Amino acid sequence: MRRDPDRRGYFGEFGGRYVPETLVEPVEALERAYFEVRDDPAFGAELDRLLKHYVGRPTPVYEAARLTEAAGGARIFLKREDLTHTGAHKINNALGQALLAARMGKRRIVAETGAGQHGVASATACALLGLECHVYMGAEDMDRQALNVFRMRLLGAEVCRVDAGSRTLKDAINEAMRDWVTNVSDTYYLLGSVLGPHPYPLMVRELQSVIGREARGQIVELTGRLPTAIVACVGGGSNAMGVFDAFMEDRGVRLIGVEAGGEEILRGRHAARFAGGSTGVLQGTRTFVLQDDNGNIEPTHSISAGLDYAAVGPEHAWLRAMGRAEYAYVTDGEALAAFQTLARLEGILPALESAHAIAYAQRIAGELGPSAILLVNLSGRGDKDVHTVEKQLAKA
Amino acid sequence: MSRIAGAFARIRSEARPGLVTYTTAGDPDLPRSAEILMALDRAGADILEVGVPFSDPLADGPVIQRASERALAAGGSLRAALSMIEKLRPRILAPIVVFSYANPLLRLGLDAFARQAAGAGVDGVLALDLPIEEAGGFRETLASAGIDTIFLLSPTTTDSRLRRAAELGSGFLYGISRLGVTGARARVASGAEALVGRIRAHSAMPIALGFGISRPEHVAEVCAYADAAVVGSALVSVIAEGGRRPDLITRVEHYVQWLRGASALNAHA
Repeated sequence: MRRDPDRRGYFGEFGGRYVPETLVEPVEALERAYFEVRDDPAFGAELDRLLKHYVGRPTPVYEAARLTEAAGGARIFLKREDLTHTGAHKINNALGQALLAARMGKRRIVAETGAGQHGVASATACALLGLECHVYMGAEDMDRQALNVFRMRLLGAEVCRVDAGSRTLKDAINEAMRDWVTNVSDTYYLLGSVLGPHPYPLMVRELQSVIGREARGQIVELTGRLPTAIVACVGGGSNAMGVFDAFMEDRGVRLIGVEAGGEEILRGRHAARFAGGSTGVLQGTRTFVLQDDNGNIEPTHSISAGLDYAAVGPEHAWLRAMGRAEYAYVTDGEALAAFQTLARLEGILPALESAHAIAYAQRIAGELGPSAILLVNLSGRGDKDVHTVEKQLAKA
Repeated sequence: MSRIAGAFARIRSEARPGLVTYTTAGDPDLPRSAEILMALDRAGADILEVGVPFSDPLADGPVIQRASERALAAGGSLRAALSMIEKLRPRILAPIVVFSYANPLLRLGLDAFARQAAGAGVDGVLALDLPIEEAGGFRETLASAGIDTIFLLSPTTTDSRLRRAAELGSGFLYGISRLGVTGARARVASGAEALVGRIRAHSAMPIALGFGISRPEHVAEVCAYADAAVVGSALVSVIAEGGRRPDLITRVEHYVQWLRGASALNAHA
């Protein structure tokens, strides 16, 4: 199975480089710079050093025995990305790209954020490397992730409020791209997921693939074999690509991405692109998008800001088309219940994004049976969501 | 000769600055958007760019973003734009160029779009986020329907890509005068003339220059080296300010006459 996109950045029919003319050359320059550092041992050593001593890698794989017992079937293991510095997998990518930006001589970083985790990770990496950081964030997300907004400011980043459109992640990306197109000469766009024009989907996947490389060794060490299935939530899909990547050639291992089912699969009330979407072009890439008959992007909804986005990473669309990965969705209610379950049974507050993966693992554990092994990527911790959960529980 | 080639031939033979206007289809609503296009034609615009409203106009500044929102709220869409153009075509002299993001075109389907656009009398198409590398099949489909594909060229465009755009494009080339999103500015960008010079070195095609142009002296300045100036955001602001006022159409017409007045002056100077 071919793993890299073709020269034009396509995974099968998905991907590419649908950008305004002004960005074509900067995106090509980024590709050249990335391909250069990708093969540079000094760059790799510097990144590894930071991942080990600053981020705290490797993160553990932990057997959730009480969750397993409650779910009544497969043994459930958690890859603890929530234990990284800043509390989510986003730091793996942010550090790698910030190092690249510094090497390219770009001192001004722009980033978008939904849940705030990528914004915090970017602000952190910029503080560490002495770079200037501007984070675009939808007004609605700023309200529901107020804690992360303050964290970013403490880290020295400027948080730019985006009031356009649906005032969520999609609009933050539009605004970050507008900033980039205006300031290309000194600015690096630090995109947070496996989205956007080539080389972003490839680069972000590769920077996140450390998750799966570690997890593959860890699960084999713990259980003596490969897992039956891997479960990860999918917004843009970077934590999922990161954990899937090392298992791609292990054809017996099922790869399962979990999208946000929101309230229900009706226009504007979910973010399950594979359940309600079709092929389209959004923000630089050709992939599955939620859109109407006129090609306008539909509003989305999810209890978790990080999954609340109308497009999915192009490689996911390709893995699904090839039958290598499967995709399901979990509703707001199920994710909220899983959040509480993990808190009470394991003493872990998961991010609401990651709670979608937990909920799905609980759902399939029974039918898989006790001989099966489920590896769930716990992509982030839930401190940022405590306020949202409190409000939701008060409503119920 | 195509309508676009005819328009530039006329501009050249009259040795005057050309004026390309941009408005969003359906802004402030479909009937008045149609009236505005007729007014622009009457007032002497040489080419009419008709923008397709889109939910995520990431290459546009706030003025055109708001126009897109108004048009979408008023029922604007690619289909509505094409049917408006079809009705207007017999009553408008200027060539019409559809200006769109890729997704509405792809959603309709390139073959269906090319057929319907040709049927409506569209002369050219410019897709903002479809650079030459992604425009292969698109350009051929449009060409076989007799429609020009117009490419944008930016100060960041390398010479080799500039050559490719000149080979693949037809009708005219659209130069982006500055880095950034659309929007009116106080002055014409300093690198604009150099960009036009680079394009001329590779192509004999007419060049329209846009982004940031809002005043008659800008038009005159730009047309000292380019064939035409594109006025978008500033015109859209006139429409936004005119809003629901009864004299909206007159205001639009006066604005274009004002832009052209100075150009005529410059031509005689």
